[in-house]
Amino acid sequence: MRPPSLRILLASLVVGIASPMAWAEYALNLPAPATDIARRIYDLHTLILWICGGIFLVVFIPMFYALWRHRKSVGHEAHRFHEHTLLEWAWTVVPFFILIGMAVPTTAVVISMKDTSAPDMTIKVTGRQWKWEYEYLGADLKFISNLATPQEQLEQQAPKGEHYLLEVDRPLVIPTGKKIRFVITAEDVIHSWWVPAFGVKQDAVPGFVRDAWVKVDQPGTYRGQCAELCGVRHGYMPIVVEAMPPDKYAEWMAAQKTLVAAAQAGAQREYPLPELIAMGERVYMTNCVACHQANGAGIPGAFPALNGSKLVNGPPAGHLDRVFHGKPGTAMQAFGGQLSDMDIAAVVSFERNSWGNKMGDGVQPRDVAALRRTEK
Amino acid sequence: MAEHVSTYYVPPPSRWPVVGSVALLILASGFILLLDKMPVGPYVMALGAAILVYMILGWFGNVVRENQAGLLEGQVDASFRWGMVWFIFSEVMFFAGFFGALFYARNIAVPWLAEAQLLWPGYNGQWPTSGPGITEAFTPMGAWGIPAINTLILLSSGATVTWAHWGMKRGSRSQIKLGLILTIVLGLVFLALQAHEYAEAAFTIKTGIYGATFYMLTGFHGLHVTLGAIMLTVITGRVFAGHFTPEHHFGFEAVSWYWHFVDVVWLLLFIFVYWL
Amino acid sequence: MESTMTAVHHEEHPSGLARWLTTTNHKDIGTLYLWFSFAMFLFAGSLAMLIRAELFQPGLQLLSPAVFNQLTALHGLIMIFGAIMPAFVGFANWQVPLMIGAPDMAFPRLNNWSFWLLPAAATLLIASFFAPGGAMAAGWTMYPPLFIQGGISYDMTILAIHILGLSSIMGAINIVTTILNLRAPGMKLMMMPLFVWTWLITAYLLVAVMPVLASVITMLLTDRHFGTHFFSAAGGGDPVMFQHIFWFFGHPEVYIMILPAFGIISTIIPTFARKKLFGYTSMVYAVASIALLSFIVWAHHMFTTGMPVAGQLFFMYSTMLIAIPTGVKVFNWVATLWRGSISFETPMLFALAVVCLFTIGGFSGLVLALVPVDIQLQDTYYVVAHFHYVLFSGAAMSIMGGVYYWLPKWTGHMYDETLGKWHFWLTAVAFNVTFFPMHFLGLAGMPRRIPDYALQFADFNRIASVGAFVLGLAQLLFLYVVVKCIRGGFAAGERPWDGADTLEWTLTSPPPYHSFTTPPNLSK
Ligand code: HEA
Ligand code: HEA
Ligand code: HEC
Ligand code: CUA
Ligand SMILES: [Cu+2]
Repeated sequence: MRPPSLRILLASLVVGIASPMAWAEYALNLPAPATDIARRIYDLHTLILWICGGIFLVVFIPMFYALWRHRKSVGHEAHRFHEHTLLEWAWTVVPFFILIGMAVPTTAVVISMKDTSAPDMTIKVTGRQWKWEYEYLGADLKFISNLATPQEQLEQQAPKGEHYLLEVDRPLVIPTGKKIRFVITAEDVIHSWWVPAFGVKQDAVPGFVRDAWVKVDQPGTYRGQCAELCGVRHGYMPIVVEAMPPDKYAEWMAAQKTLVAAAQAGAQREYPLPELIAMGERVYMTNCVACHQANGAGIPGAFPALNGSKLVNGPPAGHLDRVFHGKPGTAMQAFGGQLSDMDIAAVVSFERNSWGNKMGDGVQPRDVAALRRTEK
Repeated sequence: MAEHVSTYYVPPPSRWPVVGSVALLILASGFILLLDKMPVGPYVMALGAAILVYMILGWFGNVVRENQAGLLEGQVDASFRWGMVWFIFSEVMFFAGFFGALFYARNIAVPWLAEAQLLWPGYNGQWPTSGPGITEAFTPMGAWGIPAINTLILLSSGATVTWAHWGMKRGSRSQIKLGLILTIVLGLVFLALQAHEYAEAAFTIKTGIYGATFYMLTGFHGLHVTLGAIMLTVITGRVFAGHFTPEHHFGFEAVSWYWHFVDVVWLLLFIFVYWL
Repeated sequence: MESTMTAVHHEEHPSGLARWLTTTNHKDIGTLYLWFSFAMFLFAGSLAMLIRAELFQPGLQLLSPAVFNQLTALHGLIMIFGAIMPAFVGFANWQVPLMIGAPDMAFPRLNNWSFWLLPAAATLLIASFFAPGGAMAAGWTMYPPLFIQGGISYDMTILAIHILGLSSIMGAINIVTTILNLRAPGMKLMMMPLFVWTWLITAYLLVAVMPVLASVITMLLTDRHFGTHFFSAAGGGDPVMFQHIFWFFGHPEVYIMILPAFGIISTIIPTFARKKLFGYTSMVYAVASIALLSFIVWAHHMFTTGMPVAGQLFFMYSTMLIAIPTGVKVFNWVATLWRGSISFETPMLFALAVVCLFTIGGFSGLVLALVPVDIQLQDTYYVVAHFHYVLFSGAAMSIMGGVYYWLPKWTGHMYDETLGKWHFWLTAVAFNVTFFPMHFLGLAGMPRRIPDYALQFADFNRIASVGAFVLGLAQLLFLYVVVKCIRGGFAAGERPWDGADTLEWTLTSPPPYHSFTTPPNLSK
């Protein structure tokens, strides 16, 4: 065998060992940081871990030594001392200084984390049961980000994808290298917006505004999850952030604007019922299925069945009204502020003609737009 | 009753505690049913309350008999004192929770809401407030009408109960009786005025954080005054029945401590809820 | 001293069920507490088994997310209020009067009531699983507004906690009074066994914070049903206010669950090191400092709620300070072992494991105390790992050690040492297999309170679940050992442990129904 192939063999061996190690590093420690703050947190954690590890050894090596050498079974006799003023002072004072040593670098990080001043742009993040809404303040763009993992994967009826539970239909898109301030709030209960690689976790408290900031170095896709128990689907409220270079970001933003305009134009026309129903099914599966379930049966005691519901099988106006305005004081949100006219029309049409419901009628986006106008 | 050579009286087995637990379980269940709008609720609650009253009468009856038999003196008496002190301390902490809510809301939550113009445009956070989402106007309770009179009433009732205590120490039955009756009457007048104030109030418990803290604090205080008045009545009854001696009258003292505690809570209420 | 005990008493009391329902005897009541606690431990442990079974692999297998959340909440709630706290009160009932030479607790009838309130509360909690909509599912911390959304079982939970609180407050007042007023003549405060000291201070914590819990859950109740706006921004309230008041209770609460454990460890270690406890005085001061500090650290549970910098820093510093008195305790235990004459009976094994494992839990607590690191780890499995290290290997394993230590005194029989050691090793090993990987899960980003997780968390979850099942089975062995010991075994004699020197070992095993009816005089 000639040397080069040996080299290849060696190299593949190294890669073979290194790749599980790279995996191991990810799984055993904090994820790879993507911002300066996250990096400093990472280092801080490493530092503290070493200090604690050191203290652990200093305390437990003597203890295990004593357990070994001062056993009764080897005939060790108990000594009679039970106080030592100097020693007792020492182990009160020395830890105090160790703690000060920990507190100093930590304080610096805390202060930087909290410095949300002078951002390049601001994004409003709103937590809702169980989705995130992103609003680009000053850019007139707002959308909702839902879990994209299909229900069959959750229920073991389909093989799980690579990003099982950590994928969304519309990720948040941000530019790299810019200081972005998030103002974070919630609609119903407390959620928590958390992206580990950014070192940001901020509770979203209904009725209050909290903020956080990031400046992402590298383009990439960063994933996180809601980190505050917020009800049944708390585990299904992922966050996906795509960071792209500023020029790409600008392109993306422009594309969004045209999309919104196109959707508004499309909402003017009249849609045939089957088309509405088909669109509505998609809307239902992302927005409503969590509570009312795929078979429309709801969850008895918590969420009503839509299949056979009086309201759904009544006049379209009442049905539309409930979806548009929700029912205050219950988990049924006002979807008027969250979904487009098109989506609302579609989902209502879908519900009226699915499962056992056979109304044969639907709602047009125009009707929703009319309802929306009366609001203003 | 078990005979002990003990110097410390250990009561014999008693059924009252279990009866009390059953009573509380029924009372709580009834309350839960009531809250969740089930019509049986009030009846279940009434049953629980009746059993509870039965238990209290039975239990305290026991204690009074033991006391009259001279079993609860010396070290046992000291135990009762410690017990009462720490019980009152626990009550103080109960009120501390509500006062904490008041201070937090006034000094932290409301100013934050006023800052959050993004969500609540135009909200200025002026205390007293019903919050940014409740817009009906309301008039807060002033300090210098009935509340000020009530302060005077409660303070004088503190004085009368102390006067009764002096009577107790001097062995003057008539002074005790008069002092106690005056105290009870003042307590009842206080309650009546408080009820009047509630009836006239231009806001409800639903009037945002102001209404919530106002009614919870004054309401729980009123409840304590009511309890105190009931206990004073029982004590007065016992005085008429010839219980207590100048040296040994812990039942009386416990109730007067309680009454003073209720007094102090009122002072804090007057300052922080009505006045400032 | 011995002669006073032999004075004949009519050990007369009703028999059968009536005995237990009406008893005013501290030993009977202690036994009731301990059995109740054990039953709740098995119940809440079974809920944990279901949780671990569901988390065995990604995807939903056994439970719906709704049921999963109910299990999590009730597992935490019942472990804390049903298993750990009553177990320590049980120890206090049995041991405090014996250790201070008192005839009984200060208020024996009230004592009975404190106990019998517990089954009433447990009835409400367990029944809530069968209520429409299922049990409470907002976590043991019950944060609004989520809590406000719930149904009838949420009211059942509130009322159950009110009853539990009443029981705790009355129990604590009883213990304080007993210790302050009923010590044998000549027993000065600084002569009391450390276990008694830890309970005295714990009882103060209870009296101070249980009423605060009562007030805050009352606000929850009125927000739910009477239209108050304590926790709703629209009315000028604040959901975060709940957290402040809750944790003002909640943090002292966690020390309520560890200080008596420290007391037990400080009793067991000197016995089996055959050496007096090192640094008695500093131990007492350390416990007192931990208790005092515990009132000013609460917001370390709330670093992610968005406090101002000054708040974060204050609570971070104050929290870090607790490491100092706690460290003093650890160092003193090690110094007690140093140059002792050490033997390794089951109670000692538990005590040693507690010292080691609790310290690990303490260190992870310290890591969490640092605001920036906590921002990453808050509400992840790292926190779950932290608190099981302090609660299971701190509190629960101390309880197990204490049970082995005093079983001979309580029953008059020696327990089966071989089985005891089996129980210990299974528990210690399985415990670490279960909870150590959770540190990694938390660091890697697995949130807590989720029924299903991303694929990268699968391996460690599987390990943890296997560990948990072994841990569960090991506790059934514990049950067997205890029952076996009660039913028979070698006679224990007055003082089976040659290193033990507290007052209870001067009595027969089991002690007479009424002990120290005339207090022993210690002022020579
Ligand atoms: C028995 C219970 C118990 C005990 C004793 C502790 C002890 C401590 N805990 Fe823990 N904690 C809990 C039970 C407990 N905790 C629970 C139940 C929760 C979660 C609640 C929930 O959200 O559901 C929690 C959560 C929790 C959090 C919030 C995490 C989060 O949600 O984000 C924090 C943060 O600061 C914390 C910190 C600490 C600290 C600093 C200690 C300290 O007391 C530890 C001190 C001990 C040591 C440090 C080790 C020994 C010391 C030495 C050997 C000396 C030398 C050491 C140095 C100088 C470093 N705990
Ligand atoms: C006080 C102490 C205490 C104790 C002792 C335990 C003991 C255990 N706990 Fe837990 N736990 C908490 C307090 C405690 N816990 C708290 C406060 C929470 C937070 C709740 C919240 O988020 O609101 C929590 C949350 C919690 C979680 C996180 C849930 C989530 O976030 O979704 C998990 C997950 O693994 C867990 C597991 C366990 C396990 C496996 C045990 C084991 O040690 C249990 C072992 C005991 C038994 C198993 C019983 C004996 C066995 C049987 C009855 C037979 C059945 C056995 C088999 C079928 C094998 N606990
Ligand atoms: C967070 C849970 C949740 C989600 C998501 C949800 N709903 Fe609902 N829905 C409810 C609840 C709870 C009610 C019952 C309200 C009440 O008490 O009347 C309800 C009621 C309804 C009703 C009235 C049913 C009846 O018979 O009274 C309709 C129609 C409805 N929802 C449609 C929708 C549609 C369309 C969507 C998605 C776009 C949706 N819901 C999403 C929780 C939800
Ligand atoms: Cu949203 Cu958890
Ligand atoms: Cu804490």
